[in-house]
Amino acid sequence: MIRYIVRRLLQLVPVALGVATLTFALIHLVPGDPVVAMLGETAAPADVDGLRRELGLDRPLWEQYATFLAGLARGDLGESIATHEPVSKLIAARFPATLELAVAAMLVAILIAFPLGMIAGARPGGVADLGAMGFAILGISIPHVYLGPLLMILFSLQLGLVPLTGRGGFGHLVLPALTLGTGLAAILARMLRQSLVQVRESDYIRTARSKGLGEARALLRHGLRNALSPVVTLMGLQMGALLSGAIITEVIFSWPGLGRLMISAIGARDYPLVEGCVLTFALTYVLVNLATDVLYCVIDPRIRLS
Amino acid sequence: MIALRRNPAFLIGFGLVSVIAAFALFGPMLVHADPLAIDLAGSLAPPSFDHPFGCDALGRDVLARVLWGARLSLAVATVVVVLSLAIGAVIGGAAALGGGRIDTLVMRGVDIVLAFPGFLLAIALAAILGPGIFNVVIALGAMGWTGYARLVRGEVLSLRERDYVAAAESLGARPARILFRHLLPGIAGPVAVQATFGLGGVIVAEAALSFLGIGVLAPTPSWGNMLDAGRAFLLVAPHVTTAPGIAIGLSVLGFNLLGDGLAQLAGRRS
Repeated sequence: MIRYIVRRLLQLVPVALGVATLTFALIHLVPGDPVVAMLGETAAPADVDGLRRELGLDRPLWEQYATFLAGLARGDLGESIATHEPVSKLIAARFPATLELAVAAMLVAILIAFPLGMIAGARPGGVADLGAMGFAILGISIPHVYLGPLLMILFSLQLGLVPLTGRGGFGHLVLPALTLGTGLAAILARMLRQSLVQVRESDYIRTARSKGLGEARALLRHGLRNALSPVVTLMGLQMGALLSGAIITEVIFSWPGLGRLMISAIGARDYPLVEGCVLTFALTYVLVNLATDVLYCVIDPRIRLS
Repeated sequence: MIALRRNPAFLIGFGLVSVIAAFALFGPMLVHADPLAIDLAGSLAPPSFDHPFGCDALGRDVLARVLWGARLSLAVATVVVVLSLAIGAVIGGAAALGGGRIDTLVMRGVDIVLAFPGFLLAIALAAILGPGIFNVVIALGAMGWTGYARLVRGEVLSLRERDYVAAAESLGARPARILFRHLLPGIAGPVAVQATFGLGGVIVAEAALSFLGIGVLAPTPSWGNMLDAGRAFLLVAPHVTTAPGIAIGLSVLGFNLLGDGLAQLAGRRS
Protein backbone atom coordinates (compact mmCIF):
# COMPACT_ATOMS: atom_id res chain seq x y z
CA MET A 1 0.00 0.00 0.00
CA ILE A 2 2.69 2.48 1.10
CA ARG A 3 4.90 1.38 -1.79
CA TYR A 4 2.03 1.95 -4.20
CA ILE A 5 1.49 5.47 -2.90
CA VAL A 6 5.21 6.28 -3.06
CA ARG A 7 5.36 4.99 -6.62
CA ARG A 8 2.39 7.13 -7.61
CA LEU A 9 3.94 10.18 -5.93
CA LEU A 10 7.14 9.68 -7.94
CA GLN A 11 5.11 9.43 -11.14
CA LEU A 12 3.65 12.79 -10.23
CA VAL A 13 6.92 14.63 -10.97
CA PRO A 14 6.99 14.14 -14.77
CA VAL A 15 3.25 14.76 -15.02
CA ALA A 16 3.54 18.03 -13.08
CA LEU A 17 6.45 19.07 -15.29
CA GLY A 18 4.40 18.25 -18.38
CA VAL A 19 1.46 20.24 -17.08
CA ALA A 20 3.69 23.23 -16.31
CA THR A 21 5.28 23.03 -19.75
CA LEU A 22 1.94 22.85 -21.53
CA THR A 23 0.66 25.84 -19.54
CA PHE A 24 3.77 27.79 -20.43
CA ALA A 25 3.42 26.78 -24.08
CA LEU A 26 -0.23 27.83 -24.14
CA ILE A 27 0.54 31.31 -22.90
CA HIS A 28 3.82 31.88 -24.75
CA LEU A 29 3.59 29.97 -28.02
CA VAL A 30 0.04 30.63 -29.15
CA PRO A 31 0.09 33.29 -31.89
CA GLY A 32 -0.85 36.80 -30.83
CA ASP A 33 1.13 39.33 -28.83
CA PRO A 34 -0.11 39.50 -25.24
CA VAL A 35 1.53 42.89 -24.71
CA VAL A 36 -0.25 44.44 -27.70
CA ALA A 37 -3.46 42.75 -26.53
CA MET A 38 -3.00 44.31 -23.09
CA LEU A 39 -2.21 47.83 -24.22
CA GLY A 40 -4.37 47.92 -27.34
CA GLU A 41 -3.42 48.26 -31.01
CA THR A 42 -2.89 52.00 -30.72
CA ALA A 43 -0.32 51.89 -27.89
CA ALA A 44 2.96 53.71 -28.38
CA PRO A 45 5.81 51.36 -29.42
CA ALA A 46 7.89 52.58 -26.47
CA ASP A 47 5.18 51.53 -24.01
CA VAL A 48 4.88 48.14 -25.70
CA ASP A 49 8.64 47.60 -25.47
CA GLY A 50 8.66 48.76 -21.85
CA LEU A 51 5.98 46.35 -20.73
CA ARG A 52 7.53 43.56 -22.75
CA ARG A 53 10.83 44.10 -20.94
CA GLU A 54 9.06 44.32 -17.58
CA LEU A 55 7.40 40.95 -18.17
CA GLY A 56 10.63 39.43 -19.49
CA LEU A 57 8.99 38.70 -22.83
CA ASP A 58 11.92 40.24 -24.75
CA ARG A 59 14.27 37.46 -23.68
CA PRO A 60 14.69 34.22 -25.64
CA LEU A 61 11.97 31.65 -25.11
CA TRP A 62 14.17 29.04 -23.44
CA GLU A 63 15.30 31.65 -20.90
CA GLN A 64 11.69 32.58 -20.14
CA TYR A 65 10.91 28.89 -19.73
CA ALA A 66 13.85 28.37 -17.37
CA THR A 67 12.86 31.40 -15.29
CA PHE A 68 9.27 30.12 -15.19
CA LEU A 69 10.32 26.67 -13.96
CA ALA A 70 12.80 28.06 -11.43
CA GLY A 71 10.13 30.38 -10.06
CA LEU A 72 7.64 27.54 -9.95
CA ALA A 73 10.01 25.43 -7.87
CA ARG A 74 10.08 28.24 -5.29
CA GLY A 75 6.31 28.69 -5.50
CA ASP A 76 6.82 32.01 -7.27
CA LEU A 77 4.35 32.51 -10.11
CA GLY A 78 5.30 36.08 -10.93
CA GLU A 79 3.40 39.29 -10.40
CA SER A 80 -0.07 40.36 -11.44
CA ILE A 81 0.03 43.11 -14.05
CA ALA A 82 -3.13 44.73 -12.75
CA THR A 83 -2.41 44.86 -9.01
CA HIS A 84 1.37 44.17 -8.86
CA GLU A 85 0.72 41.64 -6.11
CA PRO A 86 2.36 38.21 -6.23
CA VAL A 87 0.20 35.80 -8.25
CA SER A 88 0.73 33.06 -5.66
CA LYS A 89 -0.71 35.31 -2.94
CA LEU A 90 -3.81 36.15 -5.01
CA ILE A 91 -4.36 32.47 -5.77
CA ALA A 92 -3.85 31.39 -2.16
CA ALA A 93 -6.52 33.89 -1.10
CA ARG A 94 -9.09 32.47 -3.52
CA PHE A 95 -8.29 28.78 -3.47
CA PRO A 96 -10.13 27.86 -0.23
CA ALA A 97 -13.42 29.16 -1.66
CA THR A 98 -13.09 26.91 -4.71
CA LEU A 99 -12.18 23.95 -2.51
CA GLU A 100 -15.19 24.61 -0.29
CA LEU A 101 -17.49 24.73 -3.32
CA ALA A 102 -16.05 21.58 -4.89
CA VAL A 103 -16.25 19.57 -1.65
CA ALA A 104 -19.82 20.75 -1.01
CA ALA A 105 -20.81 19.82 -4.57
CA MET A 106 -19.22 16.43 -4.10
CA LEU A 107 -21.25 15.90 -0.92
CA VAL A 108 -24.43 16.96 -2.70
CA ALA A 109 -23.62 14.54 -5.52
CA ILE A 110 -23.02 11.63 -3.13
CA LEU A 111 -26.10 12.40 -1.02
CA ILE A 112 -28.31 12.42 -4.13
CA ALA A 113 -26.58 9.66 -6.09
CA PHE A 114 -26.49 6.91 -3.48
CA PRO A 115 -30.17 6.74 -2.55
CA LEU A 116 -31.14 7.24 -6.19
CA GLY A 117 -28.76 4.63 -7.57
CA MET A 118 -29.64 2.09 -4.89
CA ILE A 119 -33.39 2.51 -5.28
CA ALA A 120 -33.00 2.11 -9.02
CA GLY A 121 -30.57 -0.79 -8.84
CA ALA A 122 -32.52 -2.74 -6.22
CA ARG A 123 -35.42 -3.38 -8.61
CA PRO A 124 -34.34 -2.69 -12.18
CA GLY A 125 -37.24 -2.03 -14.50
CA GLY A 126 -39.57 -0.98 -11.68
CA VAL A 127 -41.35 2.33 -11.35
CA ALA A 128 -38.74 3.69 -8.92
CA ASP A 129 -36.00 2.74 -11.36
CA LEU A 130 -37.70 4.53 -14.24
CA GLY A 131 -38.31 7.62 -12.12
CA ALA A 132 -34.77 7.73 -10.73
CA MET A 133 -33.15 7.21 -14.11
CA GLY A 134 -35.46 9.73 -15.75
CA PHE A 135 -34.34 12.24 -13.16
CA ALA A 136 -30.72 11.22 -13.79
CA ILE A 137 -30.87 11.81 -17.55
CA LEU A 138 -32.43 15.23 -16.90
CA GLY A 139 -29.71 16.00 -14.36
CA ILE A 140 -27.00 15.10 -16.84
CA SER A 141 -28.56 17.19 -19.59
CA ILE A 142 -29.21 20.43 -17.75
CA PRO A 143 -26.14 22.66 -18.11
CA HIS A 144 -24.69 24.68 -15.22
CA VAL A 145 -25.28 27.89 -17.14
CA TYR A 146 -29.03 27.25 -16.98
CA LEU A 147 -29.43 25.27 -13.74
CA GLY A 148 -27.75 28.08 -11.78
CA PRO A 149 -30.12 30.86 -12.92
CA LEU A 150 -33.08 28.46 -12.59
CA LEU A 151 -32.26 27.70 -8.94
CA MET A 152 -31.73 31.41 -8.34
CA ILE A 153 -35.18 32.26 -9.67
CA LEU A 154 -36.84 29.50 -7.68
CA PHE A 155 -35.15 29.47 -4.29
CA SER A 156 -33.74 32.95 -4.01
CA LEU A 157 -35.91 35.37 -5.96
CA GLN A 158 -39.31 33.65 -5.60
CA LEU A 159 -39.08 31.85 -2.27
CA GLY A 160 -36.37 33.99 -0.68
CA LEU A 161 -34.92 30.98 1.14
CA VAL A 162 -31.24 31.59 0.44
CA PRO A 163 -29.03 34.51 -0.58
CA LEU A 164 -28.66 35.18 -4.31
CA THR A 165 -24.90 35.49 -4.65
CA GLY A 166 -21.63 35.74 -2.75
CA ARG A 167 -19.92 33.63 -0.14
CA GLY A 168 -20.66 33.53 3.55
CA GLY A 169 -22.49 31.01 5.69
CA PHE A 170 -24.18 27.75 4.84
CA GLY A 171 -27.03 29.54 3.07
CA HIS A 172 -24.68 31.00 0.48
CA LEU A 173 -23.28 27.58 -0.28
CA VAL A 174 -26.55 25.74 -0.99
CA LEU A 175 -27.37 26.91 -4.51
CA PRO A 176 -23.83 26.86 -5.93
CA ALA A 177 -23.28 23.37 -4.49
CA LEU A 178 -26.58 22.15 -5.98
CA THR A 179 -25.74 23.71 -9.34
CA LEU A 180 -22.34 22.08 -9.44
CA GLY A 181 -23.33 18.77 -7.81
CA THR A 182 -26.49 17.82 -9.69
CA GLY A 183 -24.84 16.72 -12.92
CA LEU A 184 -22.27 14.64 -11.05
CA ALA A 185 -25.04 13.14 -8.89
CA ALA A 186 -26.89 12.04 -12.00
CA ILE A 187 -23.82 10.46 -13.58
CA LEU A 188 -22.87 8.63 -10.36
CA ALA A 189 -26.45 7.41 -9.79
CA ARG A 190 -26.53 5.88 -13.26
CA MET A 191 -23.20 4.16 -12.70
CA LEU A 192 -24.19 2.85 -9.26
CA ARG A 193 -27.42 1.44 -10.66
CA GLN A 194 -25.66 -0.29 -13.53
CA SER A 195 -23.02 -1.65 -11.19
CA LEU A 196 -25.62 -2.94 -8.71
CA VAL A 197 -27.57 -4.60 -11.51
CA GLN A 198 -24.45 -6.53 -12.48
CA VAL A 199 -23.57 -7.40 -8.90
CA ARG A 200 -27.08 -8.77 -8.28
CA GLU A 201 -26.41 -11.54 -10.78
CA SER A 202 -23.17 -12.62 -9.10
CA ASP A 203 -22.60 -15.89 -7.28
CA TYR A 204 -21.83 -14.37 -3.90
CA ILE A 205 -25.16 -12.53 -3.83
CA ARG A 206 -26.91 -15.76 -4.74
CA THR A 207 -25.04 -17.45 -1.88
CA ALA A 208 -26.03 -14.69 0.51
CA ARG A 209 -29.65 -15.03 -0.57
CA SER A 210 -29.61 -18.80 -0.20
CA LYS A 211 -28.31 -18.39 3.34
CA GLY A 212 -31.64 -16.72 3.97
CA LEU A 213 -30.49 -13.12 3.88
CA GLY A 214 -33.19 -10.72 2.73
CA GLU A 215 -32.80 -9.05 -0.65
CA ALA A 216 -32.06 -5.64 0.82
CA ARG A 217 -29.50 -6.94 3.32
CA ALA A 218 -27.79 -9.12 0.74
CA LEU A 219 -27.35 -6.11 -1.51
CA LEU A 220 -26.29 -3.75 1.28
CA ARG A 221 -23.91 -6.13 3.06
CA HIS A 222 -22.37 -7.89 0.07
CA GLY A 223 -23.33 -5.98 -3.03
CA LEU A 224 -22.67 -2.34 -2.29
CA ARG A 225 -18.96 -2.56 -1.57
CA ASN A 226 -18.37 -4.51 -4.74
CA ALA A 227 -20.56 -2.20 -6.76
CA LEU A 228 -18.63 0.77 -5.44
CA SER A 229 -15.32 0.49 -7.28
CA PRO A 230 -16.59 1.53 -10.73
CA VAL A 231 -18.40 4.42 -9.02
CA VAL A 232 -15.16 5.61 -7.41
CA THR A 233 -13.31 5.30 -10.73
CA LEU A 234 -15.99 7.38 -12.40
CA MET A 235 -15.79 9.93 -9.59
CA GLY A 236 -12.10 10.35 -10.35
CA LEU A 237 -12.79 10.71 -14.06
CA GLN A 238 -15.43 13.34 -13.35
CA MET A 239 -13.12 15.55 -11.28
CA GLY A 240 -12.11 17.50 -14.36
CA ALA A 241 -15.75 18.20 -15.13
CA LEU A 242 -16.29 19.21 -11.51
CA LEU A 243 -13.42 21.73 -11.58
CA SER A 244 -14.53 23.05 -14.98
CA GLY A 245 -18.08 23.37 -13.71
CA ALA A 246 -16.78 25.20 -10.65
CA ILE A 247 -15.42 27.96 -12.90
CA ILE A 248 -18.86 28.54 -14.41
CA THR A 249 -20.69 28.16 -11.10
CA GLU A 250 -18.41 30.71 -9.45
CA VAL A 251 -19.15 33.24 -12.17
CA ILE A 252 -22.92 32.65 -11.94
CA PHE A 253 -23.03 33.07 -8.16
CA SER A 254 -20.23 35.65 -7.82
CA TRP A 255 -18.43 33.07 -5.69
CA PRO A 256 -14.98 34.50 -4.84
CA GLY A 257 -12.95 31.48 -5.94
CA LEU A 258 -10.15 30.66 -8.33
CA GLY A 259 -12.46 30.33 -11.33
CA ARG A 260 -13.85 33.82 -11.05
CA LEU A 261 -10.34 35.13 -10.43
CA MET A 262 -9.22 33.48 -13.66
CA ILE A 263 -12.15 34.77 -15.73
CA SER A 264 -11.67 38.33 -14.50
CA ALA A 265 -7.93 38.02 -15.14
CA ILE A 266 -8.74 36.93 -18.70
CA GLY A 267 -10.98 39.98 -19.05
CA ALA A 268 -8.21 42.24 -17.76
CA ARG A 269 -5.61 40.46 -19.96
CA ASP A 270 -3.54 39.87 -16.83
CA TYR A 271 -1.54 37.02 -18.37
CA PRO A 272 0.72 36.10 -15.42
CA LEU A 273 -2.40 35.73 -13.28
CA VAL A 274 -4.19 33.70 -15.98
CA GLU A 275 -1.14 31.46 -16.25
CA GLY A 276 -1.02 30.95 -12.48
CA CYS A 277 -4.73 30.12 -12.28
CA VAL A 278 -4.61 27.63 -15.18
CA LEU A 279 -1.58 25.95 -13.62
CA THR A 280 -3.19 25.76 -10.17
CA PHE A 281 -6.36 24.23 -11.60
CA ALA A 282 -4.41 21.67 -13.61
CA LEU A 283 -2.14 20.68 -10.71
CA THR A 284 -5.15 20.37 -8.40
CA TYR A 285 -6.73 18.06 -10.94
CA VAL A 286 -3.59 15.92 -11.07
CA LEU A 287 -3.48 15.69 -7.25
CA VAL A 288 -7.18 14.84 -6.98
CA ASN A 289 -6.71 12.09 -9.54
CA LEU A 290 -3.89 10.68 -7.45
CA ALA A 291 -6.11 10.79 -4.37
CA THR A 292 -8.93 8.89 -6.13
CA ASP A 293 -6.46 6.26 -7.33
CA VAL A 294 -5.31 5.74 -3.76
CA LEU A 295 -8.91 5.61 -2.54
CA TYR A 296 -9.68 3.10 -5.24
CA CYS A 297 -6.88 0.92 -4.04
CA VAL A 298 -8.19 1.07 -0.45
CA ILE A 299 -11.64 -0.08 -1.61
CA ASP A 300 -10.41 -2.74 -4.00
CA PRO A 301 -7.29 -4.55 -2.73
CA ARG A 302 -6.86 -6.32 -6.08
CA ILE A 303 -5.43 -3.10 -7.57
CA ARG A 304 -2.46 -3.10 -5.20
CA LEU A 305 -1.14 -6.38 -6.49
CA SER A 306 -1.05 -5.44 -10.14
CA MET B 1 -36.81 -2.58 -36.42
CA ILE B 2 -37.70 -4.76 -33.44
CA ALA B 3 -34.44 -3.73 -31.83
CA LEU B 4 -35.38 -0.09 -32.36
CA ARG B 5 -38.80 -0.53 -30.83
CA ARG B 6 -37.24 -1.84 -27.63
CA ASN B 7 -34.91 1.14 -27.54
CA PRO B 8 -36.91 4.17 -26.39
CA ALA B 9 -33.71 6.11 -25.65
CA PHE B 10 -32.74 5.92 -29.32
CA LEU B 11 -36.20 6.83 -30.58
CA ILE B 12 -36.70 9.82 -28.25
CA GLY B 13 -33.13 11.00 -28.76
CA PHE B 14 -33.38 10.68 -32.52
CA GLY B 15 -36.69 12.54 -32.49
CA LEU B 16 -35.34 15.38 -30.35
CA VAL B 17 -32.18 15.76 -32.41
CA SER B 18 -34.17 15.72 -35.68
CA VAL B 19 -36.55 18.39 -34.41
CA ILE B 20 -33.70 20.61 -33.22
CA ALA B 21 -31.80 20.14 -36.47
CA ALA B 22 -34.97 21.03 -38.42
CA PHE B 23 -35.41 24.18 -36.32
CA ALA B 24 -31.80 25.14 -36.91
CA LEU B 25 -32.09 24.57 -40.67
CA PHE B 26 -35.54 25.98 -41.43
CA GLY B 27 -36.40 28.05 -38.35
CA PRO B 28 -34.61 31.23 -39.45
CA MET B 29 -36.53 31.06 -42.75
CA LEU B 30 -39.93 30.67 -41.08
CA VAL B 31 -39.52 33.30 -38.39
CA HIS B 32 -39.02 36.58 -40.15
CA ALA B 33 -38.00 38.64 -37.14
CA ASP B 34 -34.43 39.92 -37.42
CA PRO B 35 -32.36 38.48 -34.52
CA LEU B 36 -30.23 41.63 -34.50
CA ALA B 37 -32.98 44.27 -34.84
CA ILE B 38 -32.93 46.48 -31.76
CA ASP B 39 -36.20 48.00 -30.55
CA LEU B 40 -35.73 49.68 -27.20
CA ALA B 41 -39.48 50.31 -26.87
CA GLY B 42 -39.97 46.56 -26.64
CA SER B 43 -37.23 46.03 -24.06
CA LEU B 44 -37.88 42.86 -22.01
CA ALA B 45 -41.40 42.57 -23.47
CA PRO B 46 -43.13 39.38 -22.28
CA PRO B 47 -44.20 36.71 -24.79
CA SER B 48 -46.90 37.97 -27.18
CA PHE B 49 -48.37 37.09 -30.57
CA ASP B 50 -45.70 39.12 -32.40
CA HIS B 51 -42.87 37.82 -30.22
CA PRO B 52 -43.83 34.32 -29.02
CA PHE B 53 -40.79 34.07 -26.69
CA GLY B 54 -40.79 37.77 -25.79
CA CYS B 55 -37.95 40.24 -26.25
CA ASP B 56 -34.57 40.70 -24.60
CA ALA B 57 -33.22 43.84 -22.92
CA LEU B 58 -32.53 45.49 -26.28
CA GLY B 59 -35.97 44.55 -27.60
CA ARG B 60 -34.63 41.83 -29.90
CA ASP B 61 -36.93 38.90 -30.68
CA VAL B 62 -35.91 35.99 -28.40
CA LEU B 63 -37.42 33.31 -30.67
CA ALA B 64 -35.42 34.49 -33.66
CA ARG B 65 -32.26 34.63 -31.56
CA VAL B 66 -32.84 31.12 -30.18
CA LEU B 67 -33.34 29.75 -33.71
CA TRP B 68 -30.23 31.48 -35.06
CA GLY B 69 -28.43 30.30 -31.92
CA ALA B 70 -29.48 26.73 -32.75
CA ARG B 71 -27.85 27.07 -36.14
CA LEU B 72 -24.66 28.35 -34.55
CA SER B 73 -24.61 25.71 -31.79
CA LEU B 74 -25.18 22.79 -34.13
CA ALA B 75 -22.73 24.10 -36.71
CA VAL B 76 -19.99 24.65 -34.12
CA ALA B 77 -20.68 21.26 -32.52
CA THR B 78 -20.55 19.42 -35.86
CA VAL B 79 -17.36 21.12 -37.03
CA VAL B 80 -15.63 20.61 -33.67
CA VAL B 81 -16.58 16.94 -33.40
CA VAL B 82 -15.57 16.18 -37.00
CA LEU B 83 -12.30 18.06 -36.51
CA SER B 84 -11.35 16.49 -33.19
CA LEU B 85 -12.47 13.06 -34.38
CA ALA B 86 -10.29 13.36 -37.50
CA ILE B 87 -7.25 14.48 -35.50
CA GLY B 88 -7.87 11.90 -32.78
CA ALA B 89 -8.41 9.05 -35.23
CA VAL B 90 -5.22 9.80 -37.17
CA ILE B 91 -3.12 10.16 -34.02
CA GLY B 92 -4.68 7.23 -32.16
CA GLY B 93 -4.58 5.03 -35.25
CA ALA B 94 -0.96 5.94 -35.96
CA ALA B 95 0.00 5.14 -32.37
CA ALA B 96 -1.72 1.75 -32.48
CA LEU B 97 -0.43 0.74 -35.92
CA GLY B 98 3.05 2.23 -35.44
CA GLY B 99 3.44 0.48 -32.09
CA GLY B 100 6.61 0.50 -29.99
CA ARG B 101 8.31 3.81 -29.49
CA ILE B 102 5.87 5.83 -31.61
CA ASP B 103 3.00 4.51 -29.53
CA THR B 104 4.71 5.35 -26.22
CA LEU B 105 5.70 8.84 -27.37
CA VAL B 106 2.27 9.73 -28.77
CA MET B 107 0.35 8.39 -25.81
CA ARG B 108 2.58 10.21 -23.28
CA GLY B 109 1.74 13.40 -25.15
CA VAL B 110 -1.96 12.55 -24.98
CA ASP B 111 -1.61 11.83 -21.25
CA ILE B 112 -0.14 15.28 -20.61
CA VAL B 113 -2.97 16.99 -22.48
CA LEU B 114 -5.40 14.79 -20.55
CA ALA B 115 -3.81 15.93 -17.29
CA PHE B 116 -5.72 19.16 -17.95
CA PRO B 117 -9.43 19.24 -17.33
CA GLY B 118 -10.64 19.58 -20.94
CA PHE B 119 -12.72 22.68 -20.44
CA LEU B 120 -9.83 24.43 -18.66
CA LEU B 121 -7.70 23.88 -21.75
CA ALA B 122 -10.46 25.36 -23.88
CA ILE B 123 -10.74 28.38 -21.56
CA ALA B 124 -6.99 28.96 -21.63
CA LEU B 125 -6.85 28.73 -25.43
CA ALA B 126 -9.93 30.91 -25.90
CA ALA B 127 -8.42 33.45 -23.52
CA ILE B 128 -5.19 33.65 -25.51
CA LEU B 129 -6.75 33.50 -28.98
CA GLY B 130 -9.51 35.95 -28.12
CA PRO B 131 -13.25 35.56 -28.68
CA GLY B 132 -14.89 34.64 -31.98
CA ILE B 133 -16.50 31.61 -33.61
CA PHE B 134 -13.33 30.45 -35.36
CA ASN B 135 -11.28 30.59 -32.14
CA VAL B 136 -14.04 28.77 -30.24
CA VAL B 137 -13.82 25.94 -32.76
CA ILE B 138 -10.05 25.72 -32.28
CA ALA B 139 -10.27 25.85 -28.49
CA LEU B 140 -12.96 23.16 -28.31
CA GLY B 141 -11.21 21.02 -30.92
CA ALA B 142 -8.03 21.10 -28.83
CA MET B 143 -10.11 19.91 -25.89
CA GLY B 144 -11.83 17.08 -27.73
CA TRP B 145 -9.28 15.16 -29.80
CA THR B 146 -7.57 13.29 -26.93
CA GLY B 147 -10.66 11.25 -26.10
CA TYR B 148 -11.00 10.04 -29.69
CA ALA B 149 -7.27 9.31 -29.92
CA ARG B 150 -7.47 7.05 -26.88
CA LEU B 151 -10.65 5.34 -28.04
CA VAL B 152 -9.37 4.67 -31.58
CA ARG B 153 -6.02 3.42 -30.31
CA GLY B 154 -7.66 1.07 -27.82
CA GLU B 155 -10.17 -0.26 -30.34
CA VAL B 156 -7.54 -0.80 -33.03
CA LEU B 157 -5.24 -2.61 -30.59
CA SER B 158 -8.01 -4.91 -29.42
CA LEU B 159 -9.38 -5.57 -32.91
CA ARG B 160 -5.92 -6.50 -34.18
CA GLU B 161 -5.90 -9.41 -31.76
CA ARG B 162 -9.11 -10.82 -33.20
CA ASP B 163 -8.90 -14.02 -35.20
CA TYR B 164 -10.39 -12.60 -38.37
CA VAL B 165 -7.73 -9.90 -38.55
CA ALA B 166 -4.99 -12.41 -37.88
CA ALA B 167 -6.51 -14.58 -40.63
CA ALA B 168 -6.50 -11.69 -43.09
CA GLU B 169 -2.91 -10.88 -42.17
CA SER B 170 -1.76 -14.45 -42.62
CA LEU B 171 -3.49 -14.52 -46.03
CA GLY B 172 -1.21 -11.69 -47.03
CA ALA B 173 -3.67 -8.78 -47.00
CA ARG B 174 -1.91 -5.43 -47.18
CA PRO B 175 -2.07 -3.07 -44.16
CA ALA B 176 -4.31 -0.60 -46.00
CA ARG B 177 -6.80 -3.34 -46.84
CA ILE B 178 -6.80 -4.57 -43.23
CA LEU B 179 -7.32 -1.02 -42.02
CA PHE B 180 -10.24 -0.20 -44.30
CA ARG B 181 -11.94 -3.59 -44.62
CA HIS B 182 -11.42 -5.02 -41.16
CA LEU B 183 -10.53 -2.38 -38.62
CA LEU B 184 -12.59 0.68 -39.57
CA PRO B 185 -15.97 -1.10 -39.62
CA GLY B 186 -15.17 -2.51 -36.20
CA ILE B 187 -14.38 0.82 -34.57
CA ALA B 188 -17.24 2.70 -36.26
CA GLY B 189 -19.76 1.72 -33.58
CA PRO B 190 -17.90 2.90 -30.45
CA VAL B 191 -16.68 6.01 -32.29
CA ALA B 192 -20.24 6.91 -33.34
CA VAL B 193 -21.40 6.55 -29.75
CA GLN B 194 -18.63 8.77 -28.42
CA ALA B 195 -19.10 11.35 -31.17
CA THR B 196 -22.82 11.57 -30.38
CA PHE B 197 -22.11 12.30 -26.72
CA GLY B 198 -19.39 14.63 -27.97
CA LEU B 199 -21.92 16.73 -29.91
CA GLY B 200 -23.88 17.34 -26.70
CA GLY B 201 -20.68 18.07 -24.81
CA VAL B 202 -19.50 20.63 -27.35
CA ILE B 203 -22.89 22.39 -27.31
CA VAL B 204 -22.58 22.81 -23.52
CA ALA B 205 -18.93 23.87 -23.75
CA GLU B 206 -19.63 26.45 -26.45
CA ALA B 207 -22.52 27.82 -24.41
CA ALA B 208 -20.27 27.98 -21.34
CA LEU B 209 -17.45 29.80 -23.17
CA SER B 210 -19.93 32.29 -24.65
CA PHE B 211 -21.54 32.69 -21.23
CA LEU B 212 -18.14 33.53 -19.75
CA GLY B 213 -17.60 36.15 -22.45
CA ILE B 214 -14.69 34.34 -24.15
CA GLY B 215 -16.67 32.50 -26.82
CA VAL B 216 -19.11 33.87 -29.35
CA LEU B 217 -19.69 37.53 -28.57
CA ALA B 218 -22.91 39.52 -28.81
CA PRO B 219 -24.63 40.67 -30.97
CA THR B 220 -24.20 37.30 -32.73
CA PRO B 221 -26.88 35.18 -31.04
CA SER B 222 -25.48 32.21 -29.13
CA TRP B 223 -27.41 30.37 -26.42
CA GLY B 224 -24.54 30.98 -24.02
CA ASN B 225 -24.26 34.74 -24.47
CA MET B 226 -28.08 35.03 -24.39
CA LEU B 227 -28.07 33.36 -20.96
CA ASP B 228 -25.34 35.72 -19.81
CA ALA B 229 -27.19 38.81 -21.04
CA GLY B 230 -30.47 37.66 -19.48
CA ARG B 231 -28.96 37.02 -16.05
CA ALA B 232 -29.41 40.60 -14.90
CA PHE B 233 -33.17 40.38 -15.52
CA LEU B 234 -33.95 37.03 -13.88
CA LEU B 235 -36.76 38.39 -11.77
CA VAL B 236 -38.39 40.89 -14.15
CA ALA B 237 -37.96 38.91 -17.37
CA PRO B 238 -37.23 35.21 -16.77
CA HIS B 239 -38.32 34.42 -20.35
CA VAL B 240 -35.05 35.87 -21.67
CA THR B 241 -33.02 33.09 -20.00
CA THR B 242 -35.67 30.35 -20.12
CA ALA B 243 -35.72 29.99 -23.91
CA PRO B 244 -31.98 29.54 -24.52
CA GLY B 245 -31.64 27.50 -21.30
CA ILE B 246 -34.28 25.00 -22.36
CA ALA B 247 -32.82 24.93 -25.87
CA ILE B 248 -29.41 23.87 -24.50
CA GLY B 249 -31.00 21.36 -22.13
CA LEU B 250 -33.14 19.73 -24.85
CA SER B 251 -30.23 19.51 -27.31
CA VAL B 252 -27.98 17.88 -24.74
CA LEU B 253 -30.81 15.58 -23.65
CA GLY B 254 -31.38 14.62 -27.29
CA PHE B 255 -27.74 13.80 -27.98
CA ASN B 256 -27.35 11.97 -24.65
CA LEU B 257 -30.39 9.78 -25.29
CA LEU B 258 -29.27 9.16 -28.87
CA GLY B 259 -25.83 8.20 -27.57
CA ASP B 260 -27.35 5.84 -24.99
CA GLY B 261 -29.54 4.33 -27.71
CA LEU B 262 -26.63 3.89 -30.11
CA ALA B 263 -24.56 2.29 -27.34
CA GLN B 264 -27.40 -0.18 -26.75
CA LEU B 265 -27.59 -0.98 -30.46
CA ALA B 266 -23.82 -1.37 -30.78
CA GLY B 267 -23.72 -3.53 -27.66
CA ARG B 268 -26.42 -5.85 -28.94
CA ARG B 269 -24.63 -6.41 -32.21
CA SER B 270 -21.29 -7.42 -30.75
